[in-house]
Amino acid sequence: MPKFKKNSNTSEDIPTAALPDIIFMLLFFFMVTTVMRETDIMVKQQIPRATQLTKIERKSLVSYIYVGEPKNVVLYGSEPKIQINDVFITEDDIVGFVNTEKDKLDEVERDQITMSMKVDVDVKMGIVSDVQQELRKANALKILYSTIKRVSE
Amino acid sequence: MPRGKKKLPEVSSGSMADIAFLLLIFFLVTTTIANDKGILLRLPPPPDPLQEQLDIKIPDRNIFTILANSKDKLLVEGEPFEGSMDELKEDVKKFILNFGKPTPEGIEVYNSLPAQMKAYVNTNGRDPESSDDPTSLKSIVSFKSARGTSYDLYVGILDAMNAAYNEVYASRVGITTEEWLSLDRSNNLQKEMYNRGRSGIPRAISIAEPD
Repeated sequence: MPKFKKNSNTSEDIPTAALPDIIFMLLFFFMVTTVMRETDIMVKQQIPRATQLTKIERKSLVSYIYVGEPKNVVLYGSEPKIQINDVFITEDDIVGFVNTEKDKLDEVERDQITMSMKVDVDVKMGIVSDVQQELRKANALKILYSTIKRVSE
Repeated sequence: MPRGKKKLPEVSSGSMADIAFLLLIFFLVTTTIANDKGILLRLPPPPDPLQEQLDIKIPDRNIFTILANSKDKLLVEGEPFEGSMDELKEDVKKFILNFGKPTPEGIEVYNSLPAQMKAYVNTNGRDPESSDDPTSLKSIVSFKSARGTSYDLYVGILDAMNAAYNEVYASRVGITTEEWLSLDRSNNLQKEMYNRGRSGIPRAISIAEPD
């Protein structure tokens, strides 16, 4: 019968020298992917899901419009509201907003401005179509309904 | 030379992991993975008051109508529709690939289709009551919602309509829909593929204003 002798020379603890490296790798991943949010979104944002998503090539051409029920119902009521940057606006202000956004772009790119509509799932089409009519007036014809990828079952 | 293990001088790096963890947790909390994806739509230009409204007569068979009411109920081609969005997508696809009464351009498009799609057209797409052919103004998918329709349903239908077109384009050039959606148009080869998929079959999605 063979005898197994325990080799007492080998150390038993797991080497943790590579642990900082792993953590640093994760850290860099999150540092690179992170986007500091500059605007405080004051409306509910549960984005709908869809399958046929296109990606925006030029992020500089995108302006965001948020539509949804205000988070602070006591202060702003429960009717869906339109938010741009940090403020609530009415439909009439959209043309002005689009024009200020267009002014930030080069002259040749102005008609390529893309309005990204971040609309909550509980919103009805009425307000969305009002916004669209204003966007047509302002000649911002490219719109993107922001959605999340739906994973098929 | 000494025998046995030689101890290497080391800087203690035990707390390195702690520091990294602290930073990691900070970024984990503050991060929002940017999602700049969505369904792209081009709005029609604003109506020009000086220009007279052109009244183009398009026969009913060439328009696939989807209506949604405030109760989120659908009416597709005049019939109440209870099925899933996938079934709607199949219906739209069948409508696009219908060659009921093809024009010369339509025949050209048919000849450019791969064999598999020709077989699909020959089994499903010879209905004279449906669209003439997939070319411009011969098959239009029209969607009208009401003011009370939920945005969720609106996006769902928009998605289904786009899915039908993308499937047609993708199978025309022999790739999957996923691959079609990730085609990079700045790459010449892929742009050529993109143009080949779309040639002759414009994405004719018409969204009517809700009343």
